[in-house]
Amino acid sequence: MKSFLIFSVLTSHFVALVRAESSVDFNRDIQPLLAEHCFHCHGKDDGSRKAKLRLDERESALKGGESDGPAIVPGQPDKSALMTRILSHDTDEVMPPPKEKKPVTPADAEKLRQWIKDGAAYAGHWAFSPPVKPGLSESATTKHPVDAFIQARLKREGLSMSPAAAPETLCRRLHLDLIGLPPSPAALDAFFKEVASNGLDAAATALADALMKDRRFGEKWARHWLDVARYADSNGFEKDLPREQWAWRDWVINAFNADMPYDRFITEQIAGDLLPNRTQQQLIATGFLRNGMINEEGAIVPEQWRMEAMFDRMDAVGSGVLGLSLRCAQCHTHKFDPIAQTEYYGVFAFLNNTYESQSWVYSDEQQKTIAKLHADIAAVEARLKKEHPEWQEKLAAWEAAELERLNRTKWSVVEAEDTHSSTELNHPAVLPDWSILTLGHRTVFGDVHLFAQPKVEAVTGIRLEILKHDDLPFGGPGRSYKGTWALSELTVEARKPGGDKWEKLKLVHASSDFEEPTAGMEPEWENKTRDKENRRLRGPAAFLADGDENTAWRADRGAGCRNTEAVAVAQFEQPLTLPPGTKLKIGLLTNHGGDDNGPKNTQVGRFRVALTQSPDPKVNHTAYAAVLAMQIAPDKRTPQQTQAIFDTWRVTVPELKSFNDEIEKLWKGFPEAMTSVLHLAERSREDSRETHRLDRGVWDQGKEQVLPHVPAALHPLAKDAPRSRLALAGWLTDKRSPLTARVAVNRLWQAVFGVGIVETAEDFGTRAPEPSHRELLDWLAVDFMEHGWSQKHVLRTLVTSAAYRQSSRVTPQLQERDPKNRLLARGPRFRAEAEVVRDIVLSVSGLLSDKFGGPSVFPPMPESVIEFNYFKPTYWKPAEDTTRYSRALYVFRKRSMPDPTMSAFDAPTGDAACTRRPRSNSPLAALTAMNEPIFIEASQSLAQRVLREGGQDDAARADYAFRLCTSRLPSNEERSAVLKLISSRRERLQRGEIKAGDIAFSSLAKASDIPPDATPNEIAAWAIAARVLLNLDETVSKN
Amino acid sequence: MKHADEIRHERARQLTRRWFLRDCTLGLGAIALNSLLQRDAGAAINPLAPRQPHHPAKAKRVIYLFHAGAPSHLELFDYKPELAKRSGQLPPAELLKNYKAAFIKPNSALLGPKFKFGKRGACGMDLSDVIPHIGGIADEMCLIRTMQTDAVNHAPAQILMNTGNQNFGRPSFGAWTLYGLGSESEDLPGYVVLTSAKGTSGGASNYGSGFLPNMYGGVPFRSTGDPVLYLSNPKGFDEETQRASLDTLNQLNTAAYKQNGDADIAARIQSYEMAYRLQNSAPELIDLSTEPQHVLDLYGIKDVKQPGYARNCLLARRMIERGVRFVQLFHEAWDQHSGLTKGVEKNSKDTDQASAALVKDLKQRGLLDDTLIVWGGEFGRTPMVQGGNDGRDHHNRCFSFWLAGGGVKRGHVHGETDELGFNVATDPVHVNDLNATLLYLLGFDHKKLTYRVQGLDMRLTGIAGNVVKGVLDNHRNDQPARDGPPEK
Repeated sequence: MKSFLIFSVLTSHFVALVRAESSVDFNRDIQPLLAEHCFHCHGKDDGSRKAKLRLDERESALKGGESDGPAIVPGQPDKSALMTRILSHDTDEVMPPPKEKKPVTPADAEKLRQWIKDGAAYAGHWAFSPPVKPGLSESATTKHPVDAFIQARLKREGLSMSPAAAPETLCRRLHLDLIGLPPSPAALDAFFKEVASNGLDAAATALADALMKDRRFGEKWARHWLDVARYADSNGFEKDLPREQWAWRDWVINAFNADMPYDRFITEQIAGDLLPNRTQQQLIATGFLRNGMINEEGAIVPEQWRMEAMFDRMDAVGSGVLGLSLRCAQCHTHKFDPIAQTEYYGVFAFLNNTYESQSWVYSDEQQKTIAKLHADIAAVEARLKKEHPEWQEKLAAWEAAELERLNRTKWSVVEAEDTHSSTELNHPAVLPDWSILTLGHRTVFGDVHLFAQPKVEAVTGIRLEILKHDDLPFGGPGRSYKGTWALSELTVEARKPGGDKWEKLKLVHASSDFEEPTAGMEPEWENKTRDKENRRLRGPAAFLADGDENTAWRADRGAGCRNTEAVAVAQFEQPLTLPPGTKLKIGLLTNHGGDDNGPKNTQVGRFRVALTQSPDPKVNHTAYAAVLAMQIAPDKRTPQQTQAIFDTWRVTVPELKSFNDEIEKLWKGFPEAMTSVLHLAERSREDSRETHRLDRGVWDQGKEQVLPHVPAALHPLAKDAPRSRLALAGWLTDKRSPLTARVAVNRLWQAVFGVGIVETAEDFGTRAPEPSHRELLDWLAVDFMEHGWSQKHVLRTLVTSAAYRQSSRVTPQLQERDPKNRLLARGPRFRAEAEVVRDIVLSVSGLLSDKFGGPSVFPPMPESVIEFNYFKPTYWKPAEDTTRYSRALYVFRKRSMPDPTMSAFDAPTGDAACTRRPRSNSPLAALTAMNEPIFIEASQSLAQRVLREGGQDDAARADYAFRLCTSRLPSNEERSAVLKLISSRRERLQRGEIKAGDIAFSSLAKASDIPPDATPNEIAAWAIAARVLLNLDETVSKN
Repeated sequence: MKHADEIRHERARQLTRRWFLRDCTLGLGAIALNSLLQRDAGAAINPLAPRQPHHPAKAKRVIYLFHAGAPSHLELFDYKPELAKRSGQLPPAELLKNYKAAFIKPNSALLGPKFKFGKRGACGMDLSDVIPHIGGIADEMCLIRTMQTDAVNHAPAQILMNTGNQNFGRPSFGAWTLYGLGSESEDLPGYVVLTSAKGTSGGASNYGSGFLPNMYGGVPFRSTGDPVLYLSNPKGFDEETQRASLDTLNQLNTAAYKQNGDADIAARIQSYEMAYRLQNSAPELIDLSTEPQHVLDLYGIKDVKQPGYARNCLLARRMIERGVRFVQLFHEAWDQHSGLTKGVEKNSKDTDQASAALVKDLKQRGLLDDTLIVWGGEFGRTPMVQGGNDGRDHHNRCFSFWLAGGGVKRGHVHGETDELGFNVATDPVHVNDLNATLLYLLGFDHKKLTYRVQGLDMRLTGIAGNVVKGVLDNHRNDQPARDGPPEK
């Protein structure tokens, strides 16, 4: 029976390399066999070891386990229990046990026999020893190192390279590989000229160099890293809310364009925030570790999902940088690779002492504005100090008086026994300082409350501190997309011992350190349900205690100042006399959020409550940040704390009014940030987080503490390195690392040649298939490091090789012999990546936008796809300007709604790190390329372009169109096929059987774009032909 | 692993055959080439070609009715008179040790079932009055009352139920099935997804291919617009224009194929022909106007164009008739934290009749014996109340699933929960056990159906899972299991 076909060239399947060598090689032949059949029970993991037998170490294998004698007797297979067991016919004796269903084949048993006969030499797994640059063979007929290794292998196989590809093919190949776009006809012509004067090799090399300087190079190569970095524009899981992380994407594009050394590229992404005098760009780089998913489902326990995100980070670093599947060791010691479970948590510990932070990102211009603003303010302050030389004494006196005033009111912090939320969506955490931190679900409406037994009697007032925390956006203290908050009501209820009723206690005379003037909520906070009568107000602290949910205390101090602490104090109408055992329920209600299910929430992120017995408690307008700073001894204060005190003091001094006005005016010029970035930030010393080994890898099953350390089987950590993330970055990019450089060059190779030298780009461990050219990989890895970890250098090496320049034409014999072209007896040929397919189509049709960097763009999306979301993405407004035709790199990626066009061509979803994509040819891809609106618009545009630029007759136009798509001229047969389609369409259009108006233009077409002398019928006929040409295999492939 | 080998070998054979084909067809026109390719394609080229599983099995295909949001077992399938009696009282303290609900404080009052239950069918299965039609097929059902899962939030729990793991990025059960059995449909995808109500918490990953090649993932059939995305030709294109376009495309691609010889080009030529066939088969498939009135009545379909669960059930039948291997319905509507009574009533009204109709319809067509029907959601709901007196929170310690057809017992209840429907009393069935059992019914040893990722042989059931023998109909599953790789 036939079936719905999806033909495929799967990169993960069908290894069919023919070997010339006959002798048994431990790494190549034996290690994988032992890993496959034996190590599960007789490997490194103590926990699962059977019969005390270990076969992963020679010494242990020679000794044997508790059942038989020596498992291996070198030179004597017949006396080796290993062989006896494997060859046994007794179901109780035979190994592996039948229930494992992994019998050793006779051929493999023969290999083992030969190996033991040869002396059973063990060798460490090749990928765990640092690469050494092998010498090039003397007899090599080529000077190009890549070709030397490729040819040596081909010679052994009795094969040879193919002749060079046609110049137009090579020109197109270089364009697609280096900038991800096809050459224009002009670029092709220029290349021909260059070939004519300097020869193919020189012309190709010059072209490669030029293309690597093109800024579109960064756009093409960033995408490969975005796969590894599981980049997406939404948070994933049920809510899958949008996020802004494109600043990180821009960083990657720019890093590739600048050819940032790979060691620095990795270092900045792992620990950019810890570099001395780190720049904004280096902070953005650290976004790499935050590109994973964020669970914001109602009622989640945030710590569980932070841990899941940590596992994901380990996976991204493991598969992307180290090429090792660390994930196995999350739950137990790795069965095959030398990574103990404790070592997994050793690496984990480097990353674990972190906040899940979000920071503002300012454009270059904004950064200049801010720098100038700070300088201007500093100048005003200097003037102030100069003109008022007594300022220090005055400030000191003020501070002393202020402290004295503050100390008159004694506050007793409320120690929460429990927390809750009436919506039950939040599980707020009680921190050691008794502050309450709310993470997880971003709740637009509802409360968070705590339960406590107060320790004081005769309570007169309550203080609410609104505090910052680095797990909150921009440090908070709020949870809105700006880190702001609006508190609708503060409620206190009491329940007498033995009672079952909560009695509401009335609060009066609320005061705060800062408040905004009373006004309606701004349009951005609009909520269709709550704003029916347009009554929601924000303003003074009095709104906290007025019993009206539609009024809120808010203290947004404006851009540049808003992410700071605040405080409010309210008095009980009747001083409380609480019998011992009275329970209090203290709630913070938010009712001022907007419509978008999360980002526009107005929750307070972290707060702390205290009670007082002092009479008439209240606060003045001393900024709470300054109040907190004053509690710290002057010599221990940070510059920011000192500044906070100064800032709040000067405002209290009437004679400084002119300075204050000037500074206030300057602050008003502080720009709203261009965007923001999610990143990790190191926790403070006093707030540090311990790492524990997790039993079975379960997030809350912590066992013994694990300090940061690295796997013993790999190179050691630099001596005296502090155990910080920066040290981990240094370790990952250490030249002694056996893996980092190999993994990096292998991924570059994979992108250019279709399959990596190590096929499993994410796994270089003992179960990885044998590399096709191990020596070449090592040569490239060392050469990479010797050339300053320059990725452009490696790419230049690859694309200047004869191996790369070969014709991709394949004979039946060769196709059968080497279907995946691992040996490179022909040039690389495969369908381009999803993004490149779309970009090719836009480029040849003339639609491609030159947008470079910046926010993601929403492509048109069928309504049925938009509808089927847990939260309908109401923000999805397809671009109708030129950014509609941006490069696919900029297409918005929503994880739970994978872009159908990208998916049809095998782009990953961003759920997890992806180091290599499969390549399929599915009917869904065919439908997409034929009928997706952007593709249709491209065919219409290509028709117009051909009519405008393609000459005066059909044949010239057909040639032009064909060349735009494939970079070559059609054969006569090909040309007549196109012309036949055109003429038959023309006839039907003229007969009115099909309507030009429907076919020629989309609803976005502008009259000004249409070639002046083209008739609708002509455009329609050519649009039909253009659709065919855009769908050619050759158009979407690297040939 | 063995299975991957099998595909690998098949691919090797296929390449040889394709080259034979190419040599023989050089010089022939594109049409001849295509027809030869087509004839040869199903058996030789295709990673989706039908394959035999590890052991002979009754179930050859699956219709999985996923009721997302977590349907209340206490209102539907698990009759608890004691819970009714103790409604309003606090649950026993010992029950709550180490218990964490998602939202509520564990120490919330018990809430009695909102509906009456009664004995249904000759087997006397206790089922709720709110699902009378499902009650009518009690004698066909194998009801599992003792399902358990690890997750207690929707997205992770849905992902766990569908992929065997709480983390995103794993293949769904449907993808594993397709990977294992291949597809029997000539013109339709092997794994089709149909949705009603709202979007699910787990999103597209619920039916994704995870680390398997994406051809094994579910293909959504949409209830509005194109049934398959981008199925319709551009505006103004008639059938003749599309055919002429494809003929030109094939001619040009064939020329390139002859010139270059890359087998991938032949594959692309075929994918366009398949797309063309899908353009015809999909509209035919979703056109319910040819269904007789009594069938529409059976499903409760009043308007054949009205999207919804009932229509999806009938589409599922039409799909498996046309060789689709795995059809999965998602109906996300069951998260009754409040409004429990009305919510369950509405959902039952929307889904009860059609679910039962599907079983009856398959039975009368002789398709039930080798089609496995699965009905269930990601977890159950607390015996304790949430909110006032008409809501329940998430509960993962026990909940109900039912199976029918393809090798499972009929009129059978597996497992018992305690008197409050809080914990499993006997015969727990973990998600992994369920998945191991479903794979068994399809002919697979769940420990052998593996795919290597990062050096690990990954499987649907992780490192756990036991086949639940108690649900297998021994009269229908008495073939001995056989070791070794799947066979052609």
